[in-house]
Amino acid sequence: MYQFSGKLKILAIALMILGALGTVASFMSAPKTLEDAKEILAKQNAHHGEHEAADSHGEEKAHAEEVKTEAHAKVEKHAAEAHGADSTAVHTEEHKADSTNVHAVDTAHTEKRTEKHVAVTVAHNDTIKAHADNHEEEHAIHAFHQMQNRPWAAFFVALMFFLGVTLLVLAFYAIQRVAQAGWSVVLFRVMEAITANLHYVSVIMLVFLILTFMHMNHLFPWMNEGVFDPQSPNYDPVVDGKKWFLNTPGWLIRSIFYLTVWNVYRFVIRKGSIAQENGDLKLHKRNYNISVVFLFLFLITESMMSWDWIMGIDPHWFSTLFGWYVLATFLVSALTVIAFVTIYLRAKGHLPFVNDSHIHDLAKYMFGFSVFWTYLWFAQFMLIWYADIPEETTYFLLRFNEYKVPFLAMVVMNFIFPILLLINSDFKSVPWFVTIGGVVILAGHYLDLFVMIMPGTVGAQYGFGIGEISGILFFLGLFIYATFSAFAKANPLAKGNPFLHESETHHYYNIEHRGEDSNH
Amino acid sequence: MSTSKVIHAFYNDDDILMDAVKKIKGEHHHIEEVFCPFPVHGLDKALGLAPTRLAITAFFYGITGLCFAIWMTNYMMIQDWPQDIGGKPNFSWFANMPAFVPIMFELTVFFAAHLMVITFYMRSRIWPFKEAENPDPRTTDDHFLMEIPVNGNEEELKALLETTGAVEINIVDKH
Repeated sequence: MYQFSGKLKILAIALMILGALGTVASFMSAPKTLEDAKEILAKQNAHHGEHEAADSHGEEKAHAEEVKTEAHAKVEKHAAEAHGADSTAVHTEEHKADSTNVHAVDTAHTEKRTEKHVAVTVAHNDTIKAHADNHEEEHAIHAFHQMQNRPWAAFFVALMFFLGVTLLVLAFYAIQRVAQAGWSVVLFRVMEAITANLHYVSVIMLVFLILTFMHMNHLFPWMNEGVFDPQSPNYDPVVDGKKWFLNTPGWLIRSIFYLTVWNVYRFVIRKGSIAQENGDLKLHKRNYNISVVFLFLFLITESMMSWDWIMGIDPHWFSTLFGWYVLATFLVSALTVIAFVTIYLRAKGHLPFVNDSHIHDLAKYMFGFSVFWTYLWFAQFMLIWYADIPEETTYFLLRFNEYKVPFLAMVVMNFIFPILLLINSDFKSVPWFVTIGGVVILAGHYLDLFVMIMPGTVGAQYGFGIGEISGILFFLGLFIYATFSAFAKANPLAKGNPFLHESETHHYYNIEHRGEDSNH
Repeated sequence: MSTSKVIHAFYNDDDILMDAVKKIKGEHHHIEEVFCPFPVHGLDKALGLAPTRLAITAFFYGITGLCFAIWMTNYMMIQDWPQDIGGKPNFSWFANMPAFVPIMFELTVFFAAHLMVITFYMRSRIWPFKEAENPDPRTTDDHFLMEIPVNGNEEELKALLETTGAVEINIVDKH
């Protein structure tokens, strides 16, 4: 049996404390009042001024981009007239949303075209100057809400990342059972240990969801007051049309349902897996049947989870393959995490039956699903880029303008780097190559989730600071604690599985097994 | 022309064949060729054959295809006749890059696959109307054949092969 070492336990707890403190600090440092926010903005503008002094359009440019992001934060909503009058361009409408609050509707109509130009070509300083005063005030309110969102969003990205990764480890484990895979049985206990994290993150997620339900944050613009009320200045007819799905009670009930399904399966299958150690094939069949049912429910809940928890942040935007795309992101990361924990435990001598071929297989999956992620990412991006329908394009326009570095770095980290590193069959069985590839893959997919969530919640007020790092550290500590304490609670080898022998002697013909014979 | 003698040892089971190959290699005899009706896993390792480099060639063929696709799209769509087609940006290749990715992908795969297959044909000397080099038709059905050159140690070799479970041992003159 494995012993959860004291050093690792201290590390995990230290990470959690550090992360918790940092998260609290980031909540404390978020601006409390509008005046604080204005002060921060003034500092930002001074900073911008130094860089863009030579550029006469500098300020207008920055401003126009701000305005674009505002559409997503949805603090102000479009007027109903604005929507009905013009169906050509959503960013025209969204753009106009800023002016409708201060201007009469008819003037907004006449200015519509010019504003559209601003959004696309970013240059018409005359129109913008006309609104300068009002914009400034609105901009400040806007940025204030985004700044208030930031600690929440930072925590949410980390929470969602670790929840998703843990969930996909569970799904991969279920797939291995249903596919009756012969190679992976020796890794079952590693996967089960990782999924122990699911209970912990689910509880935190539940608390987070309830706090969101209680309007403690503004992450989901469709939850704002008055969005469904035609009399309110916040009324949003587009979102109102989605009320049958996007309403807080339904949202919370669905969310609890997803979490329940996943946690119940994890609980039942872990028990079943340990019970199976007596070699009873009836139990094996039972575990198989439960996994089949889970996979069916998983695919439904996973898609809906991605709509509810991620796509809901941009309620004006929708994408059909979003659920798959989120799945791909978490699946690559999940395989990487399995590989990491396996490599660590094997290096410590706790998995003598895991050989280089198992590592090779995991690396193959990491490679294959990296390509799969790229395929879905590109399929989503390219279809929207190609057709360029404004209501869809705003999503990427915002990301490309405000999040250019993370948006492009993600493609390099999640596709080009792993494909070049892991294409070689020999490299895939060398633990430190897999580790290097894995670190970049995990960072890249964190970034992917970051780019999914941040633009709609904090817009241009994003950054990578104490809040973001603390979120990661906290959940990393929790992950280490949950995984290794669960691994210590059961036999590291899933005995009684009819495929165990096949797995122990698993050998991929093409690779050299290096220096592992001494372990056998 | 000098004629050289070879021994053809027949086996009817791949496990017995593998053991025989290991034994003969252990006795430091050179095995010229092994004919099998189907791939026998591990035979190349037992014979000490060098690993194939076909995958490496495929990688470079793929890069060639990618470069070709980039050159072609850039020349046709950006350099030669940059028309406005449905408002797609053609100021530079990068501005319109997403539209070219499907072609880049397909040509990469096309080059990698086809050129690798052709390389395989050339290196294995396979082509239509090529005369089959099969020493015995049974090796395409249910027999395995090991060919060992004889260098004056005929009796010794024969005795050794008989201990490995060969079902038939022939000495053949080879031109």
